[in-house]
Amino acid sequence: MSGFFGLPSGPRDSGELLRLESGGPPRSHRRIDRAAVKSTSIALVSSVVFFGLLAVVVVNAPNWPAVQNYFFNSEIFDYSLPKVIDAFWVNVRLFLIAEVLILALALLLAVLRSLPGPVFFPLRLLATIYADVFRAIPGLLIIVLLGFGIPGLGIAGVPTDPFLYAVVALTLVYSAYVSEVYRAGIESIHPSQEAAARSLGLSRIQALRYVILPQAVRRVIPPLLNDFIGLQKDTILVSYIGVVEAFRESSIIESARFNSTPYVALALVFLVITIPLARFTDWLVARDRRRFLANAR
Amino acid sequence: MSGLAEARPESSASARPALEIAGLWKSFGQLTVLRGVDLTVAEHEVVCLIGSSGCGKSTLLRCVNLLEPIDAGRILVEGEEITAPGVDVNRMRRRIGIVFQSFNLFPHMSVLRNVTLAPQKATGKSRARAEADATELLERFGLADKRNEYPDRLSGGQQQRVAIVRALAMAPDLLLLDEITSALDPELVAEVLNAIRELARGGMTMVIATHEMGFARDVASRVCFLDGGVILEQGAPADMFSHPREARTQQFLERIIAAGRL
Repeated sequence: MSGFFGLPSGPRDSGELLRLESGGPPRSHRRIDRAAVKSTSIALVSSVVFFGLLAVVVVNAPNWPAVQNYFFNSEIFDYSLPKVIDAFWVNVRLFLIAEVLILALALLLAVLRSLPGPVFFPLRLLATIYADVFRAIPGLLIIVLLGFGIPGLGIAGVPTDPFLYAVVALTLVYSAYVSEVYRAGIESIHPSQEAAARSLGLSRIQALRYVILPQAVRRVIPPLLNDFIGLQKDTILVSYIGVVEAFRESSIIESARFNSTPYVALALVFLVITIPLARFTDWLVARDRRRFLANAR
Repeated sequence: MSGLAEARPESSASARPALEIAGLWKSFGQLTVLRGVDLTVAEHEVVCLIGSSGCGKSTLLRCVNLLEPIDAGRILVEGEEITAPGVDVNRMRRRIGIVFQSFNLFPHMSVLRNVTLAPQKATGKSRARAEADATELLERFGLADKRNEYPDRLSGGQQQRVAIVRALAMAPDLLLLDEITSALDPELVAEVLNAIRELARGGMTMVIATHEMGFARDVASRVCFLDGGVILEQGAPADMFSHPREARTQQFLERIIAAGRL
């Protein structure tokens, strides 16, 4: 069992696990604590040595002063960070709107693909083609094709706001992935659940709505969060069609000051936002696994 | 159990059988499981299906519940053909309850919600009404204190009793029980069988696939031995268990007795 960042949070956890499994009395606390202290200090010392060595190698590299100035210039960092954060709100807005649309569209696609029987073949076919096409084409190409292509047609009344096309493109691309996640969830629910629901006189749609989907969605929350971490990062791709978001803002500063430090500032912003989400996802996965093990006794 | 003899006069108005199966064939790919099953079940009758594993008991029940499409034959419930083309299967299934070997409770719903889901969604009962009816049924089966629990907090016997209550909540004309004690620890079997005995006393028409011969002898108005895809022999439990006519039935019962199950 691993704790924060995969560091051994130690035998305290495994002690709890042992107690759960054996149902016996807790083992000696003093022995466990000493073991925990020992393994934590070993991890600490080896980390300090490893990263210390790495730092020494980098800092003594022949071109380090130039690189340091180009990427880690504190004056430019201080100047660009507030601007990058300001622009980052566009990414956040894009992410939140697209996420809601993706969850809905992907669910629809997954349900269409799960419909049984020959009558629904055309719908299944369409949903399958959709998933194949939008997973096959790189997201950036979809963004560019939509963002330049559709306004480029010059049809009267067609909006030209690149933010709109950014939302549409990301929704199209990610719905294809997320619908596969949903579908895996739906297929993981044992057919006996549907049989039980249908045997009570519920229709196929009712069985899906009340029995299958609630269980399926619960099961796929961790992989869904994983996809959303990807989506969060991919929001910078829409800078290509002229949405002034954080990456675009960074590159504007970069060209004006001939310095790449704004990119490092942006990387930091992503780290701060994404790592908690990634940790949360891992925690959810671990929790589900524990629950599964507990139920499988 | 004299359900058949006594119940019949009370329900003389409906001369039609509760369930009529005629020439039912069913195969899965190359494997033909049912080869022309004929079975008639009168109202208030309790019919036990016995036979070795894989003889088609479960398949027969699943066909009656329309969970499996049939290849040939007819199934009538209360005189209405449920296998006719264009029939509303959802409406038909509401009249036929089934309880499965593996309970199949909905794990994400409380006991109460498991029981009230179908009455509310399939028959449009109001929530208050459905909950009142469900509570009454749960009380009858000794589950009143479990109404807000989730299935994984219940013992197997409790789960199976909830599954029975869930099927009964639709007030079915006919209840199908598919080896409902096979997945239970031995000490939990009795509580479930007692629930079925109680239902039999109440006059519920039931078709029961079972390996519990003692229970079948006890509760059944008729025992049917399913072999080779047909009902090879049937009769009152006393006759079937003590004087089976067919050699295959004798063999089967000898094996059961050798295993200490009768």
